[in-house]
Amino acid sequence: MRQKAVFIVPYALWIVLFVIAPLVLILYQSFFNIDGQFTVNNYLTYLTSSVYLKMTVASVWYAFLITAVTLVISYPTAYVLIHLRNKQFWLLLVILPTWINLLLKTYAFIGLFSRNGSINQFLQFVELGSHQLLFTDASFMFVAAYIEIPFMVLPIFNALAEINPSLINASKDLGATQWQTFRSVIWPLSLPGVKAGIQAVFIPSLSLFMITRLIGGNRVITLGTAIEEHFLTTQNWGMGSTIGVILIIAMFIVMFITGDTRQKGGRQ
Amino acid sequence: MGKNILEFRHVGKKYGDNVVLKDISFDIEAGKFYTLLGPSGSGKTTILRIIAGFDDATSGDVYFDGQRINDVPANKRQVNTVFQDYALFPHMNVAENVAFGLQIKGVDKKTIQERVHQALHMVRLDGYEEREITAMSGGQRQRVAIARAIVNRPKVLLLDEALSALDHKLRVDMQTELRQLQRQLGITFIFVTHDQEEALAMSDQIMIINDGKIQQTGTPVDIYDEPLNHFVADFIGESNIVPAVMKEDYLVNINGQDFECVDAGMKTNERVEVVLRPEDLDITTPDKGKLVATVDTQLFRGVDYQITAHDLRNHEWKINSIHKTTVGQQVGLTFDPEDIHVMRYNESEADFDARLDSYEEEE
Repeated sequence: MRQKAVFIVPYALWIVLFVIAPLVLILYQSFFNIDGQFTVNNYLTYLTSSVYLKMTVASVWYAFLITAVTLVISYPTAYVLIHLRNKQFWLLLVILPTWINLLLKTYAFIGLFSRNGSINQFLQFVELGSHQLLFTDASFMFVAAYIEIPFMVLPIFNALAEINPSLINASKDLGATQWQTFRSVIWPLSLPGVKAGIQAVFIPSLSLFMITRLIGGNRVITLGTAIEEHFLTTQNWGMGSTIGVILIIAMFIVMFITGDTRQKGGRQ
Repeated sequence: MGKNILEFRHVGKKYGDNVVLKDISFDIEAGKFYTLLGPSGSGKTTILRIIAGFDDATSGDVYFDGQRINDVPANKRQVNTVFQDYALFPHMNVAENVAFGLQIKGVDKKTIQERVHQALHMVRLDGYEEREITAMSGGQRQRVAIARAIVNRPKVLLLDEALSALDHKLRVDMQTELRQLQRQLGITFIFVTHDQEEALAMSDQIMIINDGKIQQTGTPVDIYDEPLNHFVADFIGESNIVPAVMKEDYLVNINGQDFECVDAGMKTNERVEVVLRPEDLDITTPDKGKLVATVDTQLFRGVDYQITAHDLRNHEWKINSIHKTTVGQQVGLTFDPEDIHVMRYNESEADFDARLDSYEEEE
């Protein structure tokens, strides 16, 4: 017994120091105004200010778009990968970019998208002229989706890989076409992977801030940007924490919606 | 002779350089219970997959009901499969699993409900419609898999090692049930197994497959009593296989001793192999025995004793006897002429049948 207790120490420390303590601190901070006095005004401000509400709607909307675009690209990708001979190798190529620092990748896109970047050089070469690519919604969506794709592909790939191939044979054996097999067998069985992917993409997308600035040119202001501004620029930690709490609540809502709702063994 | 529902003509299958099936030809008559029996890696499952349409034949033709079906996809074939791992859809309950094939075909809801009900009744799972698959035992899942296949009323039902995951008692029960179900439905069953007991118990016809070739086809009794070659004799049941010389018709020399037998039609002094089943050997006193042997081991198996003994030439014999003997004792072994089955080396099935016909007509 005593030995087992020792093994739990790192985990317990981690949970307390890096999960519970920050959550408590954020919640605590959110009840103080900029002058350090206890107040609930931060929440009232958030709920009554059209600026914050618009920002929230924009954040959710962009996170939704990013997730949707990522899913539309990732599902077929995972589906194709699973049928390749060296699927682990091809999957590795998809995962590889996640090993590179996020900022570095973002700067790389500045180089690609800028006025004198590679893409505009190519456009000029084929005589289509130079265009403003950076600081547009399209470029923001593009880069955000690019960064999130591996996190969507991986859980879907795993879910598809877990499907017993004889289920697909069974479906064909019972007369189902390729499409019917996909719709009634493959898709429902890969849903847990899709849900996990949505969780892994939607929640971080709510608080994106670096890409919104560097690629989106601050045209897209999300809750993430607002938190950064409050902590670093306006020094209003209370308001920043309040938005943080809102994000955490949003996180739980998403997890609840996409949670595993399948009943096991039940219904008799 | 019934109508042939399925025919293989010179079917071969290769995976790269690996030859799995070599020139397989056979006919399957409608309404019978067939078993493809062979050790693992023999190619029996590949034959099943070619029938179901999961695999293509590399060469040769497959005919179903007179039509060539090599290029017909699995979902268009009037064949259903019971998979070794059952392959039940985990996200559907029992009724939804069984209804799957009918739903795909667009059968109306009321008919589906009736037929699902019927199918579940046939496999004795009444009232299990709403159960989740995860809440079913192995034996129950097996029945769901059978119900899901027969509800579509296929012309041929394929069963791939369907009983191998069940424990012994359940397996024996299911053998009886499967056989009854086949008679009741009147459709052709093709059962793949490596278990010779299963094959002998259930089948109308057994095809023994080894090394990508059909070794012998016949009724269980034919195959047991008249194995064509060493492999079949060894694979089906227990046997004593000894080299021998055919002196003349109806006289065979085993280990320098002449014995009367019932086989004929071979060359004089042809080298052959002789099969003697352990249960055909009787233990008697040394002076009454055709062979004298010393008992080496004795195992009690419930129904009988499994005895090994060596004769004066140090050849080992397996004997199954309901009477007890003593280890180390000298005993006599006797057998009747009809217990000796003579096998020629490299005799084809057709030649074997022809030879049998030739001397049986004389009598």
